[in-house]
Amino acid sequence: MNSAEEGVWVYLSTSPLLWLTVTLIVYCAASQLYEWSNANPLLNPVAMSIILLIFFLALTKTDYQLYFSGAQYIHFLLGPATVALAIPLYQQVSKLKKIWFSAMVAISTGVVLGAVSSVFIAKWLGADIQTQLSLAPKSVTAPVAMGIAEKIGALPSLTAALVVMTGVTGALICTLLFSLLGIKDSSVKGIAVGVAAHGIGTARAFKISAEMGAFSGLAMALSTLISALTLPWLVTLLF
Amino acid sequence: MNFLYGLTLLLIYQLIGEGLSLFFALSVPGPVIGMLLLFLSLLVFYKVKNTNADKQPQNDALSNSAAAILSHLSLLFIPAGVGLIVHIDRLEDQWLPIIAAIVLGSIITMAVTAGVMMLLNRLLKIDTDDQSETKI
Repeated sequence: MNSAEEGVWVYLSTSPLLWLTVTLIVYCAASQLYEWSNANPLLNPVAMSIILLIFFLALTKTDYQLYFSGAQYIHFLLGPATVALAIPLYQQVSKLKKIWFSAMVAISTGVVLGAVSSVFIAKWLGADIQTQLSLAPKSVTAPVAMGIAEKIGALPSLTAALVVMTGVTGALICTLLFSLLGIKDSSVKGIAVGVAAHGIGTARAFKISAEMGAFSGLAMALSTLISALTLPWLVTLLF
Repeated sequence: MNFLYGLTLLLIYQLIGEGLSLFFALSVPGPVIGMLLLFLSLLVFYKVKNTNADKQPQNDALSNSAAAILSHLSLLFIPAGVGLIVHIDRLEDQWLPIIAAIVLGSIITMAVTAGVMMLLNRLLKIDTDDQSETKI
């Protein structure tokens, strides 16, 4: 690189514009690839984008703080997106009236057993206390999980990364798991994915069927609420 | 303009939610309170506005903005996910417990949720299959 190019790079690489744009370009490319592959779960656009961006940051020796100064504008939208979940929930209100009791019991059981089992598996295999705590809210959508992590003394940034890994895992294994367990009901499948794999699972569920997606969104909203209410209390019992 | 109205409304609810969460030192994060308040508002407001229960809300600056935001929900997780780079050392040291907790935890969560749901539907004789509804 000559000095003029270097100057441009130094200037751009420290501006939020570059990292915001790079994030969007990588995501658009990954989404296009995912569509071309007929929604092959192995090409999950979130997982692909994260891996590519991590390589890119490592290659250019860019600090995460610097990257986040641009990417924060995307991250910020998680707040209004959480509020926006009220709308699909409202649109499902007639179905919700029919199944609210079994859904609430199923979601609560899933939330509690999921958190407890993850913490114990991690503890049993030798994870340290910070990792165990950060795993507890791993099935909750990122902004809320980070809020819970803060309340229970876990590492919010680690929790956020684990949340995304959990979502991608759920999206990857759900189809196989449901066919192995012989579950065919879209509302049951949707609710199970929404509880385990939050927004990333919901995005996957919408690709399978609109009904599964709607129920996944509903389960995600309800489990978010149940988690926020029960997890801080559950963690004080466990530790 | 529509999109802007919708987004503004979402932010107002989030702001109220954050305010309440801070003021009462609640364990529920602000956006979740915002979501609940918006859900309750929709129930109350649309019930008054159209007694015709099946009618979808018509307005739809709000629905449009929500659909726009939610259709790219997975994009919003990427900045947090890239944060993994900060924890690479921890992941290298503790990859086995972390991967096991995530994979087994997800399987347990999905299997238990689906199992309880199907069991209760059967016990309470709830028919979740929408096709049977259209037959009647």
